[in-house]
Amino acid sequence: MSAADAAQLPDERPVQLVDEQGVSVTHEKYERPPLETLLAGYSALVQGRRVNEQCNALVRQGRLAVYPSSHGQEACQIAAATVLGEHDWLFPTYRDSVAVMARGVTPEDAMVLLRGDWHSGYDSREHCVAPQATPLATQMLHAVGFAHAAKLRGEETVVLAMCGDGATSEGDFHEAMNFAAVFGLPVVFFVQNNEFAISVPLSRQTAAHSLAHKAIGYGMSGQRVDGNDFAAVFSVLSEAVARARAGSGPSLIEAHTYRMQAHTNADDDTRYREREEVQSWICRDPLTRLQSHLREAGVLDDEAEERFAAEAELVAAELREAMNREVSVQPSELFEHVFAQRPATLEQQWELLQDEIVRTEASA
Amino acid sequence: MSADTTQTMTMAAALNLALADSLVDDPSVLVFGEDVGALGGVFRVTDGLAARFGEDRCFDTPLAESGIIGSAVGMAMNGMRPVVEMQFDAFAYPAFEQIVSHVAKMGNRTKGVLRLPMVIRIPFGGGIGGVEHHCDSSEAYYAHTPGLTVVSPSTPQEAYSLLRAAIASADPVVFMEPKKLYWSKGAVDTSIAASIGKAAVAREGNDVTLIAYGPSVQVALEAAAVAAEDGRSVQVVDVRTLTPFDDETVMQAVRSTGRAVVISEAPGYASVASEIQARVSEQCFEYLEAPVRKVTGFDIPFAPPKLEHWYLPDVDRVIDAIDSLHWED
Repeated sequence: MSAADAAQLPDERPVQLVDEQGVSVTHEKYERPPLETLLAGYSALVQGRRVNEQCNALVRQGRLAVYPSSHGQEACQIAAATVLGEHDWLFPTYRDSVAVMARGVTPEDAMVLLRGDWHSGYDSREHCVAPQATPLATQMLHAVGFAHAAKLRGEETVVLAMCGDGATSEGDFHEAMNFAAVFGLPVVFFVQNNEFAISVPLSRQTAAHSLAHKAIGYGMSGQRVDGNDFAAVFSVLSEAVARARAGSGPSLIEAHTYRMQAHTNADDDTRYREREEVQSWICRDPLTRLQSHLREAGVLDDEAEERFAAEAELVAAELREAMNREVSVQPSELFEHVFAQRPATLEQQWELLQDEIVRTEASA
Repeated sequence: MSADTTQTMTMAAALNLALADSLVDDPSVLVFGEDVGALGGVFRVTDGLAARFGEDRCFDTPLAESGIIGSAVGMAMNGMRPVVEMQFDAFAYPAFEQIVSHVAKMGNRTKGVLRLPMVIRIPFGGGIGGVEHHCDSSEAYYAHTPGLTVVSPSTPQEAYSLLRAAIASADPVVFMEPKKLYWSKGAVDTSIAASIGKAAVAREGNDVTLIAYGPSVQVALEAAAVAAEDGRSVQVVDVRTLTPFDDETVMQAVRSTGRAVVISEAPGYASVASEIQARVSEQCFEYLEAPVRKVTGFDIPFAPPKLEHWYLPDVDRVIDAIDSLHWED
């Protein structure tokens, strides 16, 4: 293997900059981000955790149809959203609602899909966030094309595409890596390896040494990072974003994390994993680790903790209130957006439905 | 037609000209796919474009159809108008998920914030002696998918004007190119604009209406000529846009004759032809002298080259169908 090839290989152990006890770890390549970045990150993690809990509660109350929680993955969510510049684009999946909110989308707008009002509830152009993708790995290709257009116009946009470990088995994942590497595009592929694709463990997705090792097969660099270490995820992603912006092409970052809760509320994870395994990840929690580190560094005290908690509570309360309001959904919208100009065939079908609505309302 | 804007050329050349003119007019137009660069496409539709417009405007991609369509989606989200080539009908199937789940739905999903102005060019149909996977009539898959506009030209003029309209469209267009007509010649006036969503009467007639699109229009016109020798006045409607369907033109035509035959190469079951047959039966029932017939491919996989002449709808089959339409004479 040439030195250039070897340089693309990920570290043997996932990059860690703050260990499970909150103690700094030195790394020859990556530096721990400044404390102010970590403190802002911590505040966002607290909010993300609270939103995850709130959304789970809203499902139980019948206010959301479903919620795929990122509980335990908040460090990945916040880092992915905050390493990007204002005009960079994020391509998230259905589990990345916390990342979407961290890009400035209101929790209410982010929940439109899962509440069932529409298929996406925020203005993608305003926030530079693509609609959350439900079909696996398909959005990786959209990210690639988006970056390709930016590169052709000579713009500095960087695109960060998120997916999970299960999605790495899809053909579109492979095609996206390959296209991005061949055309040298400014894309960061960010895989949150949370060990499970609903019930199927990572060992059934790949026989590779790690998911990050796949990068070298495409001729791009790969890196593994402790996905529950916010400092490390932020630092590794920042480096990949900077490299993409400098024209050095795409990279594949695999974050080792864990889905602490079931796939969604409709899933029963006691059928496929041991409680001991789930418990073992509690001591690696991304929040407590960052909290210990910041307290030890003297930048986080009780007062700041209370302030962060109160801010998170406010966000949760607003979300709760918004989800408890009855929204009026408009059947006319079903026909309004299919085409830029509504064809006569759909005009007739809308008229049929309109008649039905009028008759239904009259008899009610 | 104006003399200074009119030339005689093949359909392949007309498509090439439409691509070139669009590349000139709009810097956001891009052409990419497999072998579309130096080679100029396996049917030479993109011949010379890479040399003339440069590698940034017309380029080869890795051999991966989902990658081509999926990245075109991202490009369209980011201000480009990609025109991508699927090399053959059956080679577009790896991109099916991207087409159905994203190309067709992104505009609706985002309430129009992310419309996808892109064109997917697909050479389709038989009649060229192609081996398996090279002759499918796959239009029904796309026509069945809400959010897609599906177009198929039958002459070099239509190829030019409809492709220009497809590239200018705010919405994604699946552009089905009848590959057996790539080398057919006709006059092309570049000043003629076409409207997507409009069918056209390709031949006037009073006794029966043949409804066809793409490769089958030629069959219909030939059958009309033969039937004329037997004293029947046959009208031919060229559907041109498979979806959204132009009920107005088609129904007006059928009501004027009272008889109709739908012609298409695709297997007839759950097809565009069966949809047209159903629409005509429903909307023209009081005007019909006979049941609406259809002449289509059989419900079998497309035939190998030595048997395809038994598979494809031909003039005789169309004449037989016309003859069965409850004539009083």
